[in-house]
Amino acid sequence: MSGIVIEKVRKSFDTKDGVVEALKDVNLNIDSGDIYGIIGMSGAGKSTLVRCMNFLEVPTEGQVLIDGKALGDLTEKELRKQREEIGMIFQHFNLLMQKSVIDNVCFPLYIKGKKKAEARERAAELLEIVGLGDRQNAYPAQLSGGQKQRVAIARALASDPKILLCDEATSALDPQTTSSILELLKKINKQFGITIVIITHQMSVVREICTHVAIMYEGEVVEKGLVADIFANPQSEVAKELIRKDTGSDIGADSRLDVGRGKGQAEIKSGEKIRIVFSENSAFEPVIANLILTFGEPVNILKADTKNVGGVAKGEMILEFMEGSTRTEMMKQYLKEKGLAIGEVTEYVGS
Amino acid sequence: MWDHETIMMIVQGVGETLYMTVLSTVLGYLFGLPMGVLLAVSDKEGLKPNAVLYKILDAIANIVRSIPFLILLILLIPFTRAVVGKSYGSTATVVPLVVAAIPFIARMVESSIKEVDAGVIEAARAMGASNIRIIVKVLLVEARTSLITGATIAIGTILGYSAMSGAVGGGGLGDIAIRYGYYRYQSDIMIVTVILLVVLVQIFQSVGMMIANKIDRRK
Repeated sequence: MSGIVIEKVRKSFDTKDGVVEALKDVNLNIDSGDIYGIIGMSGAGKSTLVRCMNFLEVPTEGQVLIDGKALGDLTEKELRKQREEIGMIFQHFNLLMQKSVIDNVCFPLYIKGKKKAEARERAAELLEIVGLGDRQNAYPAQLSGGQKQRVAIARALASDPKILLCDEATSALDPQTTSSILELLKKINKQFGITIVIITHQMSVVREICTHVAIMYEGEVVEKGLVADIFANPQSEVAKELIRKDTGSDIGADSRLDVGRGKGQAEIKSGEKIRIVFSENSAFEPVIANLILTFGEPVNILKADTKNVGGVAKGEMILEFMEGSTRTEMMKQYLKEKGLAIGEVTEYVGS
Repeated sequence: MWDHETIMMIVQGVGETLYMTVLSTVLGYLFGLPMGVLLAVSDKEGLKPNAVLYKILDAIANIVRSIPFLILLILLIPFTRAVVGKSYGSTATVVPLVVAAIPFIARMVESSIKEVDAGVIEAARAMGASNIRIIVKVLLVEARTSLITGATIAIGTILGYSAMSGAVGGGGLGDIAIRYGYYRYQSDIMIVTVILLVVLVQIFQSVGMMIANKIDRRK
């Protein structure tokens, strides 16, 4: 088991247009066994951050500790040894196109100095784990995107890593395939106790498998914590924005009834809007109906959905109070007392 | 005039041309391949950037390549004499051919290697591969189709150069073409040698492309 500690990490690049600060004072603590999501828009620095975790990018300042060992203190050779313990998968899979599937998986085993027979035996086992036992002798070009990522996962697992870094690993895949790859990652995390770091720009990915999340914006971590907490109660604008954009159905679900996305919304007069999230126990009570009965005032449900957050269904609604209502504060208080998480929504326009 | 002697001379010419071309290509790759790898690796986007090394190799390649082959052939006569003991004949021609081929091959190798997807190199680094391993097991393997295509072009060019050496008594088909076609106005012999040169280039080209296609696993 292995944890990752990122301490005051800065990274700047010299470019033609001057110095670009990709990371500005990032601090993170990833415990062993976590599935840790790092989410942000493109250019937020998340890919640079994940590359600092295996020193593909060397931080300009600050420390990266794996299992308490600072990567910056290692010699070139020790660093390579350390990298064998950190698997990595990529958006574009990055397989050797001229090598067969099994030879790709053998690659890290040869780095470890394994003999051919032993390496092939282990590679065959790993391909079995990722569900590609029958495609050993195929070449990457003959595989679908999802299958290529499975090969990449088998390859990443070959050196028995304690950590698996995933850089936008599902961004090039369709929703069904994404879902199956996420399932596989979850299984790997459970079965082998491997710490997984997931870089993504999709909130749905974080929701589905991550235990923890850090939200990045312009080179900084603006919010971090348990996924369930942040989903229910986002503090930063970026977090709210990412959750608001995550209007799509759960990954892998073919169709879902989206409520309140019609044209009718344009006609709604803009009262105050709030987003509420139901936890498991509050779902048993007819909260909205009781709210309306208690206050004798209608609320408009702009959107309602359930989302899978780490395997737990969470109800999410966007409510709008009547324009000019004087009792919104009291109504919000009422909802809070019922155990719902409440956040303000300023720019909900449907999507 | 198509007597036994003439035919034997042409057969011998084909033999000499093949000897010069193949030997020069092999020796050219012996030096050109490492030079090309070093160029690609030491470039600022390369595996191990080294501005000084890159500039030196880059300058050597540019200088040698900017000298016309016929001039190089003459310029190198003292060097050739020092290496093989004489300055005419097909073995002597191999020396300037190799000198001309090295930077040409190095450039082809450099561009083939630079075509390798940066992501694959990054993946290998992430797995803890050393630079040597990346060069041998990733760069040269992933670039192999392009390298073979490059070798096909190189061998064709070297064959052309070898014919040019006929102007200074270099042996082979080019020598025959110049001696008979140019000095003795026997165009028929010249035409036959030219046709043979074309056929040789065609064979090298077809075989090269066939191998390149056969070993390409990207489709």
